[in-house]
Amino acid sequence: MSDPVLSIRNIEKSFGGIRAVRGVSFDVHKGEVLGLIGPNGSGKSTLFNCILGQLAPDAGEVSVNGRSVAGMRASQMNRLGVGRTFQQLSVFPKMSVLDNIILAGQEHHGTMLSRLFGAPDAGLTGEAERMIAFFRLTHLRDELAGSLSYGQQKLVDAAMAFMAGPSLVLLDEPAGGVNLTMLSHFKERLSAYNAEHGTTFVVIEHNMEFVMSLCTRIIVLAEGAVIAEGSPDEIRANQTVIDAYLGG
Amino acid sequence: MRGLSVRDVWRSVAIALLLVAAILLPIGQKNYIIYVLTSWLIFTIAAMGLNLTLGYAGQISLAQASFMAIGAYVTALLTLAGWHWLAALPPALIISFVVGLILGYPALRVKGHFLAFVTLAFNTLVFLVLRNEDWLTGGTYGLSGMPRPDFGLFSTDKHLPFYYFTLGITVIAALALWGIVRSPWGRAFKALRENPVRAESLGVDTRRVTLLAFAIGSVYGGLAGALITPLVQFIEPGSFGLAHSLRILLMVVVGGAGYFFGPFIGAAVVILLPEVLRFTEGYYLIIYSALVIVMLVFVPSGLIGVWGRLKAKVWPKQQVRTDMAEGAGLQ
Repeated sequence: MSDPVLSIRNIEKSFGGIRAVRGVSFDVHKGEVLGLIGPNGSGKSTLFNCILGQLAPDAGEVSVNGRSVAGMRASQMNRLGVGRTFQQLSVFPKMSVLDNIILAGQEHHGTMLSRLFGAPDAGLTGEAERMIAFFRLTHLRDELAGSLSYGQQKLVDAAMAFMAGPSLVLLDEPAGGVNLTMLSHFKERLSAYNAEHGTTFVVIEHNMEFVMSLCTRIIVLAEGAVIAEGSPDEIRANQTVIDAYLGG
Repeated sequence: MRGLSVRDVWRSVAIALLLVAAILLPIGQKNYIIYVLTSWLIFTIAAMGLNLTLGYAGQISLAQASFMAIGAYVTALLTLAGWHWLAALPPALIISFVVGLILGYPALRVKGHFLAFVTLAFNTLVFLVLRNEDWLTGGTYGLSGMPRPDFGLFSTDKHLPFYYFTLGITVIAALALWGIVRSPWGRAFKALRENPVRAESLGVDTRRVTLLAFAIGSVYGGLAGALITPLVQFIEPGSFGLAHSLRILLMVVVGGAGYFFGPFIGAAVVILLPEVLRFTEGYYLIIYSALVIVMLVFVPSGLIGVWGRLKAKVWPKQQVRTDMAEGAGLQ
């Protein structure tokens, strides 16, 4: 098997006396779509924030493409090839959809000076239009992102995460608050992107149907520890997982 | 990128007409009117800088007058020492840039009201240095007798040539700012204002962008100060106190923060409107203050935002919610 895109080793994180994450380890390989699920308070978000550097783990190591990301800022991680979406709406509301997408790619092109004296679009309009078309937002290209529906803004958020061609994308509750029609479209686009580009996804999600149909592998957390790991079918049939969700 | 849109053409025509008006406006006017018009241009430059820092990048600053002071005093000291204004300008701008960069550092840690107080304290600090270090700044007596630039065939000693000289500098400064806000830097400034966490996650180095927003805005303050020196030919600390920073802030807010032409309109309201209202004699300041309050209450997005609001009311946009249309089986 190839080297992992994301490697988590013995991550520990406590808040006061509460151990939110207890020695979690796993690898995610190129092209995988990994679902990270668990009941409320299981430590998913804490682990997610430790991966993204927003929380410093008490122990353990996170590596992306073989490189430790300890102490890295979000912008440095992005340049390392890590894209992300946010649980809450996270577009730039007073900028057009096109400008949102161009912004997501511009820092990966040229130098500071070339970005000042070069083309206003950093030569990215064509690429941004292709990304907009991929998410079927072409008719909204020049609209202000803040004027779009919730689901459309989620699509713009995802398009931004993919614009720089990341090797790893972390999706934080992508299905939250999205209506069923848009959700089906969103899932189909994520699967298509994964198939076309072989990008690795890590998805935190509460919507089981969404996770089961999108992910190729699922890790279940409960009380900060991994209690199960396997394919969607294996997880569905796992009694420990059922007990954890039902409080058994 | 696509070619010029109809909107771009209209905008270009409007700018050309305004430029012609700015050229013709002072002809045949008394010296005082030309002086006021020149002040309008200079404060427009200062407000352009604050508009970049506050309007585009979302970083509050109550210290723009202190950068005018830095530009004004550096230019004054050097021109009094025999330097030509053009030679004195680069040091004035470089020092403004560096001090602006340093002032930007607190913005990496504090936001909103707290940042406002940090910049307010900086403005007070600069004022105190100018007042107390009289061996350098002349203290409360200030500095006087600074020459206006002479370019051989074109001397700016008289008010009208100095107005055109200032207009030329204003146009250059505006073009430079237009280039910045249209560039990827401008996009990064707006991203910093709207959602710094998301911007950082997309690779934007928000620390560097914050510092640049302060530093470039300060350069515009320094440039305005470098022009005030030969205009007034007398500078003293009181001309660069907190009240003046608040006036520049008022120009940005009244004109429309984050709109390119906002500072031109805002500076016109703050500098020119009181002069226009002088016919009301003792009431002009009361009327002026009332008008400003009415504007801020009813047009919080600034005067330049009025057009957008009118347009939205007269020609409301119809947007198809395709997701809902699909859900309802309409597509």
